[in-house]
Amino acid sequence: MKSGLAWVGRRLIGFLRFWWDFLVGDTPEITVVVLVVLGVVALASESAHQNVLAYVALPALVVGGLALSLMRARRRMKN
Amino acid sequence: MIASVSASTSTVVLCAAVFLAASVEMIEALTIVVAVGHTRGWRSALEGTGVALLCLSAIVGAFGPALVRVPLGPLRLVVGSVLLVFGLQWLRKAILRSTGFIGLHDEDAIYEKTVTALRAEGKPVGRDNVAFVVAFKGVFLEGTEIVVAVLTLGTSAHRLGLAVIVALVAVLVVAGIGALVAKQLSQVPENLMKMSVGVMLISFGTFWTGEGLHVRWPGGDTMLLALVVLYALVVTVLSRSARDPRAIEAGRA
Repeated sequence: MKSGLAWVGRRLIGFLRFWWDFLVGDTPEITVVVLVVLGVVALASESAHQNVLAYVALPALVVGGLALSLMRARRRMKN
Repeated sequence: MIASVSASTSTVVLCAAVFLAASVEMIEALTIVVAVGHTRGWRSALEGTGVALLCLSAIVGAFGPALVRVPLGPLRLVVGSVLLVFGLQWLRKAILRSTGFIGLHDEDAIYEKTVTALRAEGKPVGRDNVAFVVAFKGVFLEGTEIVVAVLTLGTSAHRLGLAVIVALVAVLVVAGIGALVAKQLSQVPENLMKMSVGVMLISFGTFWTGEGLHVRWPGGDTMLLALVVLYALVVTVLSRSARDPRAIEAGRA
């Protein structure tokens, strides 16, 4: 019973680790940017009913996030 | 008329995205299988490849039909967000490679590394478990990325069947070329392909995230093409604007 639970625990940790590496890994800033995108666009579209703001902000924030992540990577590699 | 044009635009972009994503991963898997086959013998390499393909087919069979039944709105929001993360990670890496900050993903280097590691193991008598496991892992891991791309792109566009067919065609085309050259696919400009896939992933990710949050896109599905063009321009500018001076100097020397 105990070894069965340990096996399930190991598999669960392995599964969660796979998704953590897949979605966060060594680029946590990208995950944060996507969460910010979701928050801002949800507020603009669903709460404020500002459709134009929502469809302009969405790609703009994605581009900004990519530029930010590249800046962070270059700074880290130069140091 | 406008509806049919925007529907065919999104179908073309979907096919291109699935084909490129499947090709890139297939090239990586093929490099490993060919390295194993040349070094340890083809029998165990092909057995490992076959078992990995069976496992991947089981995953598609298990999750594909279930995903089709999920309501489209929440599915597009989740898939769109995952594609944004995935696409931004791909683009970040591809741009850093093109600007010289990290080394290009060299298929020749992967081939040599795999061959050296396998030779160090020594050749056993009978079934070659090392060759089997290395081929299985290579095909299964790269194949999982193809499966994720096919399932997410296919189900969100409600064209899973088409996405599966396009991915199979891509896999067969790359396998056919691999069989012909029978060694390497290093001539394929992998980083450019990765950049194109990244652009398409974030375009789909942006579009579906918006749809999932009830954003009304101007021009409907045609906006997808506009997003592809916009992101391609941005990536071109970012790739050219910040090259690593050390890499440029090395190129001149």
